[in-house]
Amino acid sequence: MAYSFPEEVLEHVFSFLCSDKDRNAVSLVCKSWYEIERWCRRRIFIGNCYSVTPDIVIRRFPKVRSMEMKGKPHFADFNLVPEGWGAYVYPWISAMSVAYPLLEEIKLKRMVVTDECLELISKSFKSFKVLVLSSCEGFTTDGLASIAANCRNLRELDLKESEVEDLSGHWLSHFPEHCTSLVSLNMSCLGSEVSFSALERLVGRCPNLKTLRLNRAVPLEKLPNLLSRAPQLVELGTGTYSSEVRVDIFSNLSEAFSVCKQLKGLSGLWDAVPAYLPAMYSVCPGLTSLNLSYATIQSPDLSKLVSQCPNLQRLWVLDYIEDSGLEALATSCKDLQELRVFPSDPFGAEPNVSLTEQGLVTVSEGCPKLQSVLYFCRQMSNAALVTIAKNRPNMIRFRLCIIEPQAPDYVTLEPLDTGFGAIVKSCKELRRLSLSGLLTDRVFEYIGTHAKKLEMLSIAFAGDSDLGLHHVLSGCESLRKLEIRDCPFGDKALLANAAKLETMRSLWMSSCSVSYGACKLLGQKMPRLNVEVIDERGPPELRPEICPVEKLYIYRTVAGRRIDMPDFIWTMDEDAALQHS
Amino acid sequence: MAHENELNFKATELRLGLPGTEISAAKNNNKRASPEENGSKCVISSVKSSTENETAPEPKAQIVGWPPVRSYRKNNIIQTKKTENETGIYVKVSMDGAPYLRKIDLKVYNGYQELLKALETMFKFTIGEYSEREGYKGSEYAPAYEDKDGDLMLVGDVPWNMFMSSCKRLRIMKGSEARGLGCGV
Repeated sequence: MAYSFPEEVLEHVFSFLCSDKDRNAVSLVCKSWYEIERWCRRRIFIGNCYSVTPDIVIRRFPKVRSMEMKGKPHFADFNLVPEGWGAYVYPWISAMSVAYPLLEEIKLKRMVVTDECLELISKSFKSFKVLVLSSCEGFTTDGLASIAANCRNLRELDLKESEVEDLSGHWLSHFPEHCTSLVSLNMSCLGSEVSFSALERLVGRCPNLKTLRLNRAVPLEKLPNLLSRAPQLVELGTGTYSSEVRVDIFSNLSEAFSVCKQLKGLSGLWDAVPAYLPAMYSVCPGLTSLNLSYATIQSPDLSKLVSQCPNLQRLWVLDYIEDSGLEALATSCKDLQELRVFPSDPFGAEPNVSLTEQGLVTVSEGCPKLQSVLYFCRQMSNAALVTIAKNRPNMIRFRLCIIEPQAPDYVTLEPLDTGFGAIVKSCKELRRLSLSGLLTDRVFEYIGTHAKKLEMLSIAFAGDSDLGLHHVLSGCESLRKLEIRDCPFGDKALLANAAKLETMRSLWMSSCSVSYGACKLLGQKMPRLNVEVIDERGPPELRPEICPVEKLYIYRTVAGRRIDMPDFIWTMDEDAALQHS
Repeated sequence: MAHENELNFKATELRLGLPGTEISAAKNNNKRASPEENGSKCVISSVKSSTENETAPEPKAQIVGWPPVRSYRKNNIIQTKKTENETGIYVKVSMDGAPYLRKIDLKVYNGYQELLKALETMFKFTIGEYSEREGYKGSEYAPAYEDKDGDLMLVGDVPWNMFMSSCKRLRIMKGSEARGLGCGV
């Protein structure tokens, strides 16, 4: 065509497109736009590592600089996914080490990463800058030593809650003396003590260090040494916040905090001792994020602390805060957007703190910007949920965990259908919802009817029949991830909504009533889904077809069946059906 | 014990929840679609597992992965609780004129009031009224302690937490020596 734009112009225009959605849309316009776009895509995000293969990705996008990927299903966090399930990143690292020599960033979540992977990363990518390992496992501190030693321009090393085999703290000393590029270091999940002098020197020579999250082993009295060398810190995770109470330690700490004028986020605070809390008062007015979820301090001290933080946007805290502390929060923190309250004694039979539904209601009333909630409590009522829904129609994430499974409205003893129904009716932008308490099929009818923007739904011990599941699958237009455990959902709803599953990232069902026969049928019918049966009792074909499977994981894929499955997972597809009939 | 069968523990049991409501962990099986409805008798072990695994005296059958707290968090809380509960702060207590010393755990007390009351009971004496200016007035006894630096200090001047971490031993002083430690004249 005579009047088409030159490639360079289009490429330049496309360079302003950051979101995958936009880039994917652009790729669909015509063949030449597809070609131009794929050569200039620099970032890729793969939400399910088994939905595609390294070869397919590399073939389409030859010049990637940043790669982000997720592996295991979310319920792996709660030990529902057996050991050895998969999510090995090695094949990806291996392929990329050849195809993407200029790769700068790798961000992984719930994947198995070995020391071999880390060494390969450190040796293959000369411009490597960012490594984020979130809830990963499979590596040791030796792997970290390779990264520290070989990545000359490392900017970010973030081990967010990964399970690391901690052989020693010696890895940190592998950062060469000439390394001055660090911007972010998060080692909070590690147990061993690192060489403090090495840490001090590292912090001192990295002028751009903005985020520093220490591990518990760093003693409180040494914290001022680090803060004085990094007064430009924006995010700080302390080590243990406990020490014998001494005036000199207190004044050093207080002084060190007062120098950190840019501090916006504070975390760590393990074993926090009330006597040392006032030392951080000088940074409180500037704080937008506070993570007290490891601080075992009681409500009066917590109330006092949050009252000093009028600009707080995010608070993570233990239920020691109690209703009274949440009241103080609602009064003082009008900018609050996210609240997470974790249980201090999740397995205790009786409540150990005075935290009830009232605390959440109070915060929903007092904090007009509250949009994201994770709340563990022991009692809830429909009335409270209705009130919260009315107060906060701007809610986008609502995760409620009533600790006793199937606990009814404690006032009326009815199911909590009405309450959650109010939430989905009122909160029209709701993207994520986790249910708990006594729930019938009714709540799913409400969800299917109203939760049109819902992307992720977690269900446990709820519902009466397949109708519940059918409501969700047929009604929730934006649903991407659905995870279900211990619900009486079976074959009918699943088979009737098979096509829906291709529009979603994944579906997890464990301890439900989906039969082996239905799984086989689904696998045969839907070639673009991997229907994986997980059963540690042994091969499902040794049992009658109507026997429910233990666990089921279904996801859309262009990669075909997995080739790295352990012996307790079976893919349901045409081959499997032929072999076993 | 024979009469355990006669005592109705359930009737006098303190529980949360309205009388007549049963709080039991095995409830989740009630609402399951029964496999027998499908006309066959295979053992659905995943459905039955929580009832099969329930042993009689267990207060709560622990369900895998519930409540949904990440192991990372669980371990951290357990670690903190352990250190909290296991270590006591034991200090020797001597009283002038008494034949032998006693030992107490400072962690047991919530503050100075409780501690002093306990000392009064233990040694059968009375401590006077505390004031910052005059120390303990109204009795011939004064509670003192040896701190980390080895100095003899009057009990009550510093915040309780600071006292707990700096007190090495307690000494209940009597008579003229006691008066020297800040007791008003």
